[in-house]
Amino acid sequence: MSSLLKAKHQRLVLVLLALAALIGAGLLAMWALRNQASYFYVPSEMAANPPTPGQAVRLGGMVEAGSLKTEPDGVTIRFVVGDGEARVPVRYSGIVPDLFVEGSGVVAEGRMEPDGTFVADNLLAKHDENYVPRELQDMTEAQKRAAVEDTTK
Amino acid sequence: MIAEFGLAALWLAGALAALQLLAGVLALTMRDAEGAAPIAALVRPSAVVQGVLATCSFGILVLLFGETDLSVKLVAENSHSEKPLIFKLAGAWGNHEGSMLMWVTIMSLAGGLIALIERRLPERTLIATLAAQAFVGLGFYAFLLFSSNPFERLDPPAQEGLGLNPLLQDIGLAFHPPTLYFGYVGLSIAFSFAVGALLTRQVTPDFARAMRPWVLGAWIFLTLGITAGSYWAYYELGWGGWWFWDPVENASLMPWLAATALLHSASVLAARDALRAWTIMLGVVAFSMSMIGTFLVRSGILTSVHTFAVDPERGAFILVLLAIYIGGALTLFALRAGTVAEGERFAITSREGALVVNNVALSAILAIVLLGTLYPLLTEAFGVKVSVGPPYFNPVSAIFFIPMLVVLAAGPLLRWRRDSLRRVRIELAMLAAVTLAALAAVAASTAIGLLPLLGMALAIGLALASFMPLKGRSLRRVPLATWGMAVAHFGVAVALFGMACESAFTQERLLAARMGETAAVGPWKIKLEGVEPVAGPNWTALEARLSASYQGGAPVEIAPQSRSFWAPPQQTSEAALLTRWNGQLYAVIGEEGEDGRWQLRLWWKPFVTMIWYGGLLIALGGLLALVGRVSADLRRRHVRARVAVRRGEAQ
Repeated sequence: MSSLLKAKHQRLVLVLLALAALIGAGLLAMWALRNQASYFYVPSEMAANPPTPGQAVRLGGMVEAGSLKTEPDGVTIRFVVGDGEARVPVRYSGIVPDLFVEGSGVVAEGRMEPDGTFVADNLLAKHDENYVPRELQDMTEAQKRAAVEDTTK
Repeated sequence: MIAEFGLAALWLAGALAALQLLAGVLALTMRDAEGAAPIAALVRPSAVVQGVLATCSFGILVLLFGETDLSVKLVAENSHSEKPLIFKLAGAWGNHEGSMLMWVTIMSLAGGLIALIERRLPERTLIATLAAQAFVGLGFYAFLLFSSNPFERLDPPAQEGLGLNPLLQDIGLAFHPPTLYFGYVGLSIAFSFAVGALLTRQVTPDFARAMRPWVLGAWIFLTLGITAGSYWAYYELGWGGWWFWDPVENASLMPWLAATALLHSASVLAARDALRAWTIMLGVVAFSMSMIGTFLVRSGILTSVHTFAVDPERGAFILVLLAIYIGGALTLFALRAGTVAEGERFAITSREGALVVNNVALSAILAIVLLGTLYPLLTEAFGVKVSVGPPYFNPVSAIFFIPMLVVLAAGPLLRWRRDSLRRVRIELAMLAAVTLAALAAVAASTAIGLLPLLGMALAIGLALASFMPLKGRSLRRVPLATWGMAVAHFGVAVALFGMACESAFTQERLLAARMGETAAVGPWKIKLEGVEPVAGPNWTALEARLSASYQGGAPVEIAPQSRSFWAPPQQTSEAALLTRWNGQLYAVIGEEGEDGRWQLRLWWKPFVTMIWYGGLLIALGGLLALVGRVSADLRRRHVRARVAVRRGEAQ
């Protein structure tokens, strides 16, 4: 198309082109979001309604006291995340965040294995008093107390 | 006493912004031109004095932080007497109130500068612009004065300050927020220009030329801010990643995408008087994105190191400001866009056509990033918690990014107004051949993912394409702005190459090492020589001494640390980096195991530094274009003045 577009049409074509691209981008985005967003679970939700193995999800809860074990390779750890109702075993290879300790909250990003272990790619723990992973802020006091009671029994 | 001076200066600056707005609106609405003139004359001086007062106020805050005046609440909450001086000063804007004060200061300074130097626009348009600027500013003054007073006193004074988040005690902090704020504020000025032009129906090439330096400036700062922020996250967080699609990162990327589109469409408007309504629209969108960014980062709706205080009132305040500005501007646009006369026409196959495609693709990427960033907030309103990460952002934005790169390579070869692909077929064939050859060569030699593969091939094609517009021209006579374009486009190629290499060829090694043990990662052999305690001004650390040798060469010592700060108590991981021309070795130390072994995490990242060099080149290209444009404008102004003098003499 080497001719100049007709006066009346040019604006229309430009607007339509822009609209089509933006609507296309929007639809594509919504479709991809439904498939790619990773959902957040607490252990009791995970027990009631387990995610498909291999799907990227996030797991949040309390690290149970006494559950933290280091494997012989020195860099893989296993621990149990609980919320007072259910418990999920977690495996993670890497350097743990600084404030990751037993009895404190953690958010693990990763996926369920078919054997029921949660394999974490990344652990988010409290950075300091002011910076708590967002998901843990909403954990009710009752849940926290239950988690602590449960783990200190 | 000095804090009260700061507060008084801030109130006065706010009052002047109100005067500037009122006088501007009156001057624009009064029918009687004689009566309006003295009122209109108030606008420019108000803008200048407002700038001076806001600067005083900010200067006083920096001073208070410098001397750690603990009777000021903000200082007591965010500073500490034993902090190095540079971090004390930088701490002035390392918190919510101070950073907002910095925002209005930069904004009012920019307003003052426009009032002093801008001579191209019709006086009415300039007054409308300054009034719009005052309107935006007023919201921020109200925000500061009514809900975020930085000068609030603490009675009795604190014994000692609470300190600054150690993650933020970094030289990068001194520059990162100001850099981004210059960018955001520059876009607010582009927005004011757009509103001024809409109000007075003067959407002309002169408007685009007046706006362009501000957009360019904002864009350079945003580019630098994003580049620096990315590098900061890379070396400070110790995760070895350079971009996490974190909402806070997206908050700076979205205005950048909009500014990039605006920059290109303003160029079309300035050079060819086309894309008038579109440029105005992008001006509104770009500023909206910087407001959304500010809202996301500062409201506490997201938790990150950027969220200084989770205070629902403040979040609501920013949200209301956001709604007023964006809603108002979009309403104005809807009412007035129809009356903006259509600009010059052009064929699809032309420079303008290519720039339209670039604009549309950038807008689409912007929409994708925006939706991905807001989606978790939306679902949370319905009680579903999700997070959106690279599996969404990378492939979906690539769908628009890749065609945009193709147009980026071909567009600058086209002529304005009307062209044919036949005329540039040799160049296009050459580019296609180089890109395909690169694609085949990379695909044949290594097995890497589709996106890194495409990225590398396109980067090589684009590197060649970026300098093609200079072909056959006398290099000394090429305008500086054209050099700027070539350098910036080359920067895109360089950064893209770095990203593709990093994602394709990074090698990682995670181990628990005994003293004296050697580990290999990529071409490196790394030996753990020892771990020792060290101390800094406000921290202690465990430091690992590693000797790293590249392909069996002479060992170089590197020392990653695990630092413990005591005010506030917090631990951070200081990665050790070893840079070669062809990549970076990245080492992090973890904990000591029960058996005395130390956790080490090592990465070899080929060509990773190209990502940030590319970012710097893009900014350099912007700078060249800015200098070229401004000096050309000044020359033109000088010539006009001389012509006017000659005419006067002749008469």
